[in-house]
Amino acid sequence: MANIQVSTKINGDTYEFLCRPDETLLEVLRDRIGLTGSKEGCASGDCGACSVMLGDRVVSSCLVLGAEVEGQEVNTIEGMADGGNLHPLQRNFIKFAALQCGFCTPGFLVAAKALLDKNPDPTETEIRYWLAGNLCRCTGYDKIVRAVLHTAEEMRGQARG
Amino acid sequence: MADIDRLEKVDGFKVVGTRPNRPDGVDKVTGRARFGADIHAPGMLIGKVLRSPHPHAKILSIDTTRALALSGVKAVLTSDDFGDVPAMHQATLHNVMAHNKALYEGHAIAAVAAVDVAIARKAIKLIDVEYEILPHVTDVDAAMAEDAPLLHEDNFTSGIDPKPSKPSNIATWSEFGHGNLDEGFSQADIILEREFTTEATHQGYIEPHACLATYSEDGNSEIWCTTQGHFLVRDTCAALLDIAVSRLRVTASEIGGGFGGKTVVYLEPLALALSRKAGRPVKMVMSRSEVFRSTGPTSSSSMRVKIGVRKDGRIIAADAHLNYQSGAFGGFIAMLGAMCAYACYSLENVRATANEVLTNRPMQASYRAPGAPIVNFAVESVIDELAVELELDPIEFRLMNAAKEGDRSSYGPVFDQIGLIQTLETARDHPHYQATLAKGQARGMAVGFWFNFGGLTSVSLNVNFDGTVTVSVGRPDIGGSRAAMCQMAAEELGIPYDNVRTIIADTSSLGFNDTTDGSRTTFANGLAIIRAARGAIRDMCARAAKTWDIPEEAVEWVDGCARPCGSNAGDFEPMCIAEIARKSPKTGGPIAGHHEVNAEGAGVSFAVHIADVKVDEETGRTDICRYTVVQDAGKAIHPAYVEGQYQGGAAQGIGWALNEGYVYGDDGIMQNPGFLDYRMPVCSDLPMIEAKIIEIPNKGHPYGVRGVGETSIVPPLATVANAICSATGVRMTQIPMAPPVLLKAIEKNNKQV
Repeated sequence: MANIQVSTKINGDTYEFLCRPDETLLEVLRDRIGLTGSKEGCASGDCGACSVMLGDRVVSSCLVLGAEVEGQEVNTIEGMADGGNLHPLQRNFIKFAALQCGFCTPGFLVAAKALLDKNPDPTETEIRYWLAGNLCRCTGYDKIVRAVLHTAEEMRGQARG
Repeated sequence: MADIDRLEKVDGFKVVGTRPNRPDGVDKVTGRARFGADIHAPGMLIGKVLRSPHPHAKILSIDTTRALALSGVKAVLTSDDFGDVPAMHQATLHNVMAHNKALYEGHAIAAVAAVDVAIARKAIKLIDVEYEILPHVTDVDAAMAEDAPLLHEDNFTSGIDPKPSKPSNIATWSEFGHGNLDEGFSQADIILEREFTTEATHQGYIEPHACLATYSEDGNSEIWCTTQGHFLVRDTCAALLDIAVSRLRVTASEIGGGFGGKTVVYLEPLALALSRKAGRPVKMVMSRSEVFRSTGPTSSSSMRVKIGVRKDGRIIAADAHLNYQSGAFGGFIAMLGAMCAYACYSLENVRATANEVLTNRPMQASYRAPGAPIVNFAVESVIDELAVELELDPIEFRLMNAAKEGDRSSYGPVFDQIGLIQTLETARDHPHYQATLAKGQARGMAVGFWFNFGGLTSVSLNVNFDGTVTVSVGRPDIGGSRAAMCQMAAEELGIPYDNVRTIIADTSSLGFNDTTDGSRTTFANGLAIIRAARGAIRDMCARAAKTWDIPEEAVEWVDGCARPCGSNAGDFEPMCIAEIARKSPKTGGPIAGHHEVNAEGAGVSFAVHIADVKVDEETGRTDICRYTVVQDAGKAIHPAYVEGQYQGGAAQGIGWALNEGYVYGDDGIMQNPGFLDYRMPVCSDLPMIEAKIIEIPNKGHPYGVRGVGETSIVPPLATVANAICSATGVRMTQIPMAPPVLLKAIEKNNKQV
């Protein structure tokens, strides 16, 4: 199979890469670009550990082909902090002990940020359903939901100034 | 002077009991933390495993010619590449690579290493295996039948005297208890005898097994892998490949969950053997399907429980028989189940017996309090039914029979200071238990027990020239334990938390450490770190004494500084850790503490869970509306991560109770080897889980720590079953209580009523 040339933006930077037609975006990110923050838990779109932003949509990067991102913008966990400043979600995940092993954490953070970008004042139920595509086996979700609720409140406070 | 053996509980904690940010937090929220599959090596090959499509088959021949001929394939591995190994490692070897027979669907038959994953995948399809298909058995009761297909022709049940005359699928028999059952039951006013079954569940860690192995021409080798115990990986791989332990250095990656499932080797010896053949590093990563079909899971079971009570509420006799399906190789999980069966109760006449039963399923692995949740479901269901019969509150009934200090436990030892009664009382008085039920909801509760372990531990603590401290431990950090290690070192040394950094050292840097399992890490590492810190403090006091030219005995350590104890000792300004460290090149060299121990005295722990549920009688779906965990931590070093253990264990137990389970067809093939069909709880399935920590100090630890990781998965199965019974009147005797199963039971019950 001939490789396909792809040009895209990842976390704001321009990348050009070659990939096989059957290669997933997750494989490209991890094995070609070297961004291993997105994780493979299932390769079937069930666990959400590989969640990234494709444009303004959260996607399981294991279900997107590398060739599909031609001309699009991809944002991964590696692009979430602003230089040395953690995003409030990242800071609060640590503060609220919302991670134990931390393997699912990048996917949860990407998905949670997408929620807060769309809905700055989600209810607990809205958070639980939005994050239902991300599996966590360690925490029982309690502290994750609390961290997201707290972050939303904190960010609303800042927005009001 | 610091006495390193001083073991009393220290009052007035400054760092212990607080909730600082974990040291690996930033790496984990930025994607920087490196897990098993997040590593590359120059010249690296990719390894893949060919797995048996049959649950039971004789391997007549393996022809690797076509695979080896494929361009890009650098090595092919079969059982022929392994020699004889010591008896204790034989089951492991035969599990990581089938010898003569495939014993379950997914059993490794051969492995390849190739220049990329596409070629490796292609190559395993070019390996020609000739099988003679054998009859198989996956059900625990069917496996014990007289005419069941035998997995191992040479298996004679151990634990029975005299040795059985015929081979069978029962690997081991075990028995625990004391007193006289017949006498006990003869005094009982009510005797209930019930049978239960449970299905196998997987640990369900989100990170699949992964490793990178490099074998060098000079015999020195390295493995990077995701594991709960890299010392175990080292010693096992060295034995399987017949290399000296000193030649193999294993580094534990960050670990994406384990829950017991990463306490054994699967890929590591294959990757190392492939690397030895190919002369290049080999990376191997499992797919999710491989994880389900070839690793874990825990046992399925069939059980019989019989309990007799007097009208006054006293349990007078209790018996249980457990058959645990232990996969293709024997194990010890049924034995642990039998030991835990009645550990919550103070009993004069008690017995629990257990069979480990071989089947054509993956070799079972430990899963969080291995064996305990299964039997707890059976026993706590009968206890609950008895409470109803006796018209007693379920917590009061348990309090009337609760084990306490000085009681002989049902598995043998006499209990030391234990917190069961306080745990039950706290649950009884908890706002959740006292709350009026919401409309349409019902409540259930259960109590659970787990031993907790200590074991082989080696740590090192180095005082840097600026007075900061580096602690090296040898057990992977699964759930934030590095934070607790830093806290205990900071507490003991009297320095800020941020001045201590804890790392997980590789196997060449420390003495042997037992695996992160058995809820041992905070207990045993902590014990060793505290003693190592006291060793360093003793040295620092000696350095100060030397500087001041006063006797060592005249120096004490307070708040991170050496100072003369009392005015008689001399009048000197306190000398703090940074100053002592800075001067250390001139006072005797670097300052360090270390400690090696086989840690004993891990305190047992108990938990009470309370659930409010709502059952949809049209669909059989159960919703958990409110859930509370009350558990004894001894002393919570970092309460947020203790709560996390309680909540996580409860969530896993709820999944086990309601949805999770291996599904096998008549063909012996697992039908749901993926997260879509093996349904673990998702965020929208659960409510907040309230975690109530109580602290009854464990005398075996300087700060009173008990293990906290496992007990929390023990009570949920029965808790949910008891709540479902309150809601529907249906006493479920089968796990999982998935909607179709529960619906059928409700409909059957409605017809009878």
